Amino acid sequence: MKTSPRNGPPRFRHWPAALALSPVWAIALLLFVGTAGYTVYLSFTASRMMPVNEFVGFEHYIKLFGTRRWNTSLANMGILCVTYVLGCLVLGFLLAAALDRKVRFENTLRTIFLYPQAVSFVVTGLVWQWLMNPGLGIQAAVQGWGWESFTFDWTQHRGTAIYAVAIAGLWQGAGLTMILLLAGLRGIDHSLWQAARVEGIPLWRTYVSVILPELTPAIATAATLLFMGIVRTYDLIVAMTNGGPGSATELPAKFIMDNLFDRMNIGAATAGASVMLISVMAVIVPVLYIRALRKGGRKPV
Amino acid sequence: MTARPRAARGITREAEGPRPFRVEPGRIGLYLFLAVAAAFFILPLYVMLATSFKSLDEVRLAQIFALPHTLDISAWIAAWTSDCEPGQCFGISAGFWNSVKITVPSTAISVLLGAFVGYILSFWRPKGADTLFAIIVLAGFIPLQVFVYPVVRAFAWLNLYGTLSGIVLVHVIFSLPLTVLLFRNYYAAIPHDLFQAARIDGAGFLRIFWSLMLPMTGPMLVVAGILQFTGIWNDFLLGLVFAGRENLPMTVQLNNTVNVTFGEVRYNVNMAATLLTAAVPLAAYFVSGRWFVRGITAGAVKG
Repeated sequence: MKTSPRNGPPRFRHWPAALALSPVWAIALLLFVGTAGYTVYLSFTASRMMPVNEFVGFEHYIKLFGTRRWNTSLANMGILCVTYVLGCLVLGFLLAAALDRKVRFENTLRTIFLYPQAVSFVVTGLVWQWLMNPGLGIQAAVQGWGWESFTFDWTQHRGTAIYAVAIAGLWQGAGLTMILLLAGLRGIDHSLWQAARVEGIPLWRTYVSVILPELTPAIATAATLLFMGIVRTYDLIVAMTNGGPGSATELPAKFIMDNLFDRMNIGAATAGASVMLISVMAVIVPVLYIRALRKGGRKPV
Repeated sequence: MTARPRAARGITREAEGPRPFRVEPGRIGLYLFLAVAAAFFILPLYVMLATSFKSLDEVRLAQIFALPHTLDISAWIAAWTSDCEPGQCFGISAGFWNSVKITVPSTAISVLLGAFVGYILSFWRPKGADTLFAIIVLAGFIPLQVFVYPVVRAFAWLNLYGTLSGIVLVHVIFSLPLTVLLFRNYYAAIPHDLFQAARIDGAGFLRIFWSLMLPMTGPMLVVAGILQFTGIWNDFLLGLVFAGRENLPMTVQLNNTVNVTFGEVRYNVNMAATLLTAAVPLAAYFVSGRWFVRGITAGAVKG
């Protein structure tokens, strides 16, 4: 006799499992849902140094979007979405496509491209801060070779500092994109390549018109991950520029932390965190839902 | 001809891509691109290594690409034993041991807990299991900034704020989404009949986990262990907020030491300290290569 996997014995026999799961329920409801809810709640109160219960409506949100530092951090997030996400996708795809062409030393090269993924953002930030230090880093070295007019001092100027951050991020993030896209490339049916060759389609056209469309799911996964990475980016900024020069490299994650723990402005911080929560949910809930639908029939997770 | 057996060890089966062409300009361009890319990725590591072995006089020459004249290990010794944070000098070794004390128990507990919860959610599925799983997975996508302040308040109230057990607990809690997801998906691939058979044989809730499921979980325990170990070692935010003055992890101490300096900046010492901080996860990466890759792809392709 075979019981259907999902029915099994009656529910009351499951009490040890239900009991063992109750602390996890407590964590999920109190520490995940509860704290997020409390954060949203605080954003509607007059809390500054300490949390208070006086209700002020949307005051903090109105103030927030009138704060230059916050608006800069949002604009920087937009810049990183274009430079860092696109940069990682392009470089990651090129690396994956190159490695997929049966090259020698594939494993060694892959190890090299991916190792930044293993180090802390603090390490990445500090290294690139030094490399871009005009007096001691790449600029000074190249000038020492005789190219006197060479400049590479992006971290020193308000207009360029955020692009320096993008380069450091690219160094750390391109490897993961490459691995995801490489897995996608290896999953492509052999016959597609053969068909393209038989038809005499040039190689670059095969990549653009045949391979890239096949990679869409892998690209979507990578893009979502990279975007989530930007929303969380805090330690990289702290280590590399600490938000400077001025507030040129501020990001929302850092704005919130600063207001929570240094500037003692809980209202602004929780309002920022609530904006962050809503934006992330707006991206991730549809993604998870579509993915659940694609799996067919299964309940959305 | 047994062409390149190494390729078979890669993350997936060998590419069935197009035939390799004979030596052509295209191939040269391909290797040129790969070489330039490799240089870009290696450069920071090389500069750190080279600089850490230089004397301060040599650092001031500002030739970061040049090899050190002599192998001077005094910067490494200084970084380990006497690097200074404002107010005190104890070397990055203090942070190293703090990170060990935080990372080892956090990794062990979070991996076992993830396996246990994944087991329950996959096989026992008590009422509401799917809802719980959905909440946990969703929480994993939300940045810590949303949770952190109320959790600080709660931990302060419980007298856990700024303690070693507090930071370990925080790591375990915020690792739950990833570990539960990894193990639930892993167990989802194990035939349910096996579980039913064990039940019919009279094995109980805990016994099925310890004697049947956990021994079958070897690969995922390794993958999750490496992922958690490097992730927790590299953490900055939670350590900064929750660890307290006495237990600051290496990443936080490194940033404090390097970015808040008075007087002359000792770049060689700073780079040695940075390398020491990166050494542990890098070693885990280079030793466990394939497992690490499995971990980040499994963690990335959630659900």
